[in-house]
Amino acid sequence: MSTIPSVPGGARRRGFLLMLPSLLWMVGLLIIPLGLVLVMSFGRRDPDGNVIYTFTLDNYLRLLGFSRSYPCGSTPPPCFDALYLSILWRSLVLGFQTTVLTVLIGYPLAYFIARAPASRRNSYLLLVLIPLWTNFVIRLYAWMIILRSQGVLNSVLGWLAGLLNLPFQPLELLYTPGAVLLGMVYEFLPFMILPIYTSLEKINPSLYEAAADLGANPWRTLWRVTLPLSMPGIVAGTILVFVPVMGTFIVSDILGGRQVILIGNLIQRQFLDARDPAFGSAASILLMVLTLAMTLYYTRRFGFGEEITSA
Amino acid sequence: MKYAIEMRNVSKRYLTAAGTEVVAVDNVTLEILDGEFFSLLGPSGCGKTTSLRMIAGFELPTAGEIYIHGRPMDAIPPNRRPVNTVFQNYALFPHMTIGQNVAFGLEMERLPKAEITRRVGEALEMVRLAGYEKRKPHQLSGGQQQRVALARALVKRPEVLLLDEPLGALDLKLRKEMQLELKKLQREVGITFVYVTHDQEEALTMSDRIAVMNGGRVLQVGTAAEIYERPRNRFVADFIGETNFLTGTVVATMAEEHRYLVQLTGGAMLAATSEHPLRPGQQVIVAIRPEKMHLNGSQRSLYHPDTRVSIPGRVQEIVYIGTDTHYDVRLEGGPVVRVREQNRDAFAPKLGLIGESVNVGFDAAAARILVD
Repeated sequence: MSTIPSVPGGARRRGFLLMLPSLLWMVGLLIIPLGLVLVMSFGRRDPDGNVIYTFTLDNYLRLLGFSRSYPCGSTPPPCFDALYLSILWRSLVLGFQTTVLTVLIGYPLAYFIARAPASRRNSYLLLVLIPLWTNFVIRLYAWMIILRSQGVLNSVLGWLAGLLNLPFQPLELLYTPGAVLLGMVYEFLPFMILPIYTSLEKINPSLYEAAADLGANPWRTLWRVTLPLSMPGIVAGTILVFVPVMGTFIVSDILGGRQVILIGNLIQRQFLDARDPAFGSAASILLMVLTLAMTLYYTRRFGFGEEITSA
Repeated sequence: MKYAIEMRNVSKRYLTAAGTEVVAVDNVTLEILDGEFFSLLGPSGCGKTTSLRMIAGFELPTAGEIYIHGRPMDAIPPNRRPVNTVFQNYALFPHMTIGQNVAFGLEMERLPKAEITRRVGEALEMVRLAGYEKRKPHQLSGGQQQRVALARALVKRPEVLLLDEPLGALDLKLRKEMQLELKKLQREVGITFVYVTHDQEEALTMSDRIAVMNGGRVLQVGTAAEIYERPRNRFVADFIGETNFLTGTVVATMAEEHRYLVQLTGGAMLAATSEHPLRPGQQVIVAIRPEKMHLNGSQRSLYHPDTRVSIPGRVQEIVYIGTDTHYDVRLEGGPVVRVREQNRDAFAPKLGLIGESVNVGFDAAAARILVD
């Protein structure tokens, strides 16, 4: 039995018109390009770097290590090469590390802002957002200036060592996995802080008082009341951080030099340097499926946007 | 120990964002007896909730000391005080079931699981919510949530239960039911209740003793009858129930202590009691409750300064409210007073009296002389 209320024709048309811009946007800029990428990922590259549209799983097999037409180092095909799997693994580990670090750094800060007097909260949030006003790439170059061997950090350390009469060898900080992790955490921290702040700010302060009243010390209040109630914010922040970290290539390009290659760099190079869009497309699809699967698993496990109805 | 709670010269001052100082509680001294139902009554902003929060430990006094059963509380955080609170908005943990909410406080005491289960069951039974353990707070009605909050606090067996306007969010009928239920519960468990409310009727119904607060100060402490029948100043007389205020001048001091002869502005004389010493010629206010006045017909009579007082006037307005009728009468040369008569017989209300001359009569013993 249908329970859908009848909508007058005029209202329905108006609804459709309101939806039209986003519909066009989605179809033109998301669904069609995504379809093209999917089709391309089953294609093949001709010697001039053009895509031959056909149906082959070679690109996917190559990503998983089974190369049928490309040599693995000096071994001629067919051969096994774990190169792409290791890139994928490195990206996953980095995404995981970045997420954990942003939660550990962002949560206390978000809590501090959420518990600050209402008149100061907006100023604090502004401070969190100010870095986002400067271009992404420029901020990464700033980190290069800090981290390089004759950079700010090494100069300060050298000066301190000089004061203490200690021998000092400049540290190799730039172009290391650590530098990439640092850049990622720096870059994505605001996207963790904001959703956690939002969920913490919604918690009725009398719940903290109720917990204390019932005998909970501050730690137990955090574990039993604050953390569970801010879980929606942590979940949202995790998705906002983990998904882009998995795909981004600028941070690893600038702070990792050519030493730290992530799946984002792989895709970028297939489209630009290696001129193999078919293989790049397959890598994109694999990345998307992977992040989608992880996000789905994660949100099933912890719930997403599930507002806990306040009593 | 005689007192469950003692507040000694407790003050609480805040600095606002603008830098001005606000005195929320001003030099309050209170002694709350063990096992009594004690209410802090006053309008919003009178300092009653701040006083309660200082007893709970959520706020620290700027000056003065608080003792619970003789133990000073100045360095004791809320989680280590032998009191529990029922919050105005209930403050149930929304992510926990009813059972988990009630068990929370016992888990913090690290009691054995079996004992927790047993006591949670007993507490929910006490508030007639047995079988609701598995539900979430948002699945319950306001009244049920209120009872869960009560069970969650009482399951800890506190020395004192603090209640911050716990019935404020309920509708009138449910509120009346819960008032009686709370009073009954308090008698059964024998725990001291400190109850904050702005509803004077609620305070009168439930309390053994009431402290009336205004502007951060305690104006009067006493039983419901003491506060209603013998208000010490104009604020208390006005805030608790309805009162007519007549102005007058002290004419003479009478032989009995605390009794004075007062001439009202309209000319009528009466002898009434005052708690403050007065001198002849002093301007005073005479307070008299509407139900202590009555209309004694349209006939004018001479006044009797000693006990019976009768003042002529004209009926301006008649309001029928079911059990009673209010007659608003403009006294000769004086203010409008409200007379409240019970609709006892079939001839009530006397609607025909509107615009008529009447005498408003009352017993002078029911009048109180107030200074301000």
